[in-house]
Amino acid sequence: MRRVAIAGAGMTPFAEHFGLGIKELVPMAVSEMAAHVDKGLDRADIEAAWFGELTTTDGFPSGILADTCGLLDIPVTRVENACATGNDAVRNATYAVGSGVVDVALVVGADKVRESSARGTFWEWAGLTRDMAWDYPLGLVAPANFALHVARYLHESPATREHLAMVAVKNHKHAVPNTKAQLRYEITLQQALDAPIVVAPFGLYDCTPQSDGAAALLLVAEDVVDRYTDRPVWVRGVGLGLDRVMHQHKKDMTTFPPTVKASRAAYSMAGLGPEDIDVAEVHDCFTGVELISYEDLGFVEKFEAYTLIENGTTAVGGSKPVNPSGGLKAKGHPPGATGVAQCVELFEQLRGQAANQVDGARNALAHNIGGPTAVSAVTVLSSEKG
Amino acid sequence: MTAAYTRPGTRLLPDPTPESEPFWTGGANGELLVHRCRACTRWFHPPAPVCFRCRSLDVGPEPASGRGRVAAFTINRQPWIPAYPPPYVVAMIELADEPDVRLVSNVVDVAPEDVHVGLTVDVFFERWDDVWIPLFRPVGGVR
Ligand SMILES: [Zn+2]
Repeated sequence: MRRVAIAGAGMTPFAEHFGLGIKELVPMAVSEMAAHVDKGLDRADIEAAWFGELTTTDGFPSGILADTCGLLDIPVTRVENACATGNDAVRNATYAVGSGVVDVALVVGADKVRESSARGTFWEWAGLTRDMAWDYPLGLVAPANFALHVARYLHESPATREHLAMVAVKNHKHAVPNTKAQLRYEITLQQALDAPIVVAPFGLYDCTPQSDGAAALLLVAEDVVDRYTDRPVWVRGVGLGLDRVMHQHKKDMTTFPPTVKASRAAYSMAGLGPEDIDVAEVHDCFTGVELISYEDLGFVEKFEAYTLIENGTTAVGGSKPVNPSGGLKAKGHPPGATGVAQCVELFEQLRGQAANQVDGARNALAHNIGGPTAVSAVTVLSSEKG
Repeated sequence: MTAAYTRPGTRLLPDPTPESEPFWTGGANGELLVHRCRACTRWFHPPAPVCFRCRSLDVGPEPASGRGRVAAFTINRQPWIPAYPPPYVVAMIELADEPDVRLVSNVVDVAPEDVHVGLTVDVFFERWDDVWIPLFRPVGGVR
């Protein structure tokens, strides 16, 4: 397979964009991406596009992308893979460019969660990913689903609610310098612990906000990368992993096997391991999910994730910063855009241009989990071609 | 707070399919009907026409003991469901018959703060029209 590089990246702010639809957010992200291509981008160069969108609020997704971005003469494919949509769109485009069929590909992710009322969101959206027939009658809405996993995790590991709160404090702090983030304010440990409980053990600050936004990447083949930039970021590895949708036969609730499978595939393709990762964007839809993911991604041994948050390892300034953008927790989480925006952040990190820069970062990892815990996508990026 | 369970004003009801109907109606006879494979004798849930373990088609509902343990639980403190006032406990119940089978249900007749992983519970059924929702409460009744 040919080597694949990211030559441009851009995104809209993540926010409650009540005045903007998908039809506005998508071209805004694509324009910012194009403006960030060092040597410029002629849109006629784009040969194919992959569009990650979980639910559509403006109509036919592929058509909207083609229409609003002036890309009527190329194939456009919508990718939907629950909350793993963004990094799976990256994966699809990587294979197309790597295979030699396409030299220049566009990856876009977008969603508008705030199109639904705050009360209705989990009913309208979670139905996409959960089993209405079996789980809903008894109250297993999406946050409760993750709460069951994290409750069992807290039962088996030394981690406590304080460690969940530390993740929230860290990611809020990381978001402050990020102009694209939705919640740009710091919180204290006590504020997090004292906040109203949503579904135990999650309080308000353990949960991601509801967000709208879009993000875009330009993926190009090694053969043509020089036309666009002298400082590409290489897509070194991609991986996708799955598990049972329902809990009924999950033997161990303290791990998410899709993350283990996806990261193993991405590391193997990259020829890198968890010890090589300098900075990561991890799917912290709920704080406890970030902790469990430290273990599933191989950053630390089973049940020792609490040590990384306790001793500052995963804060910017530590040896393995996680979610320097603020993460889903504070940057925001429009699902289809989330994974693409993680790669936007890491593109900037690996080029030394991030708002919350991790010094000397060379290898990076982006991670999504969804469905709600049945699918994971992982992308490994590097400033080195390898 | 009183621990005794009060039937909520309404519940979101499942829409039974031919596969799931025994599970949702077994309560009419006081039975928790869970699918079991007659080839490998293992239980599985949700019901399906094929055993996911051994691929046998010789499967069907059988009465389980109705005894189980809390594998994980969360206390829901927000009004997600109309007319079902929080707090209430959403739990994974691992069946005594087959711990690998975990049902999502509510644990009631116990103060939410007294629920813990490992709590032994028994099934009972709450009738709503033509379905009987399996709920669980601590062995020995109200706490
Ligand atoms: Zn069998």
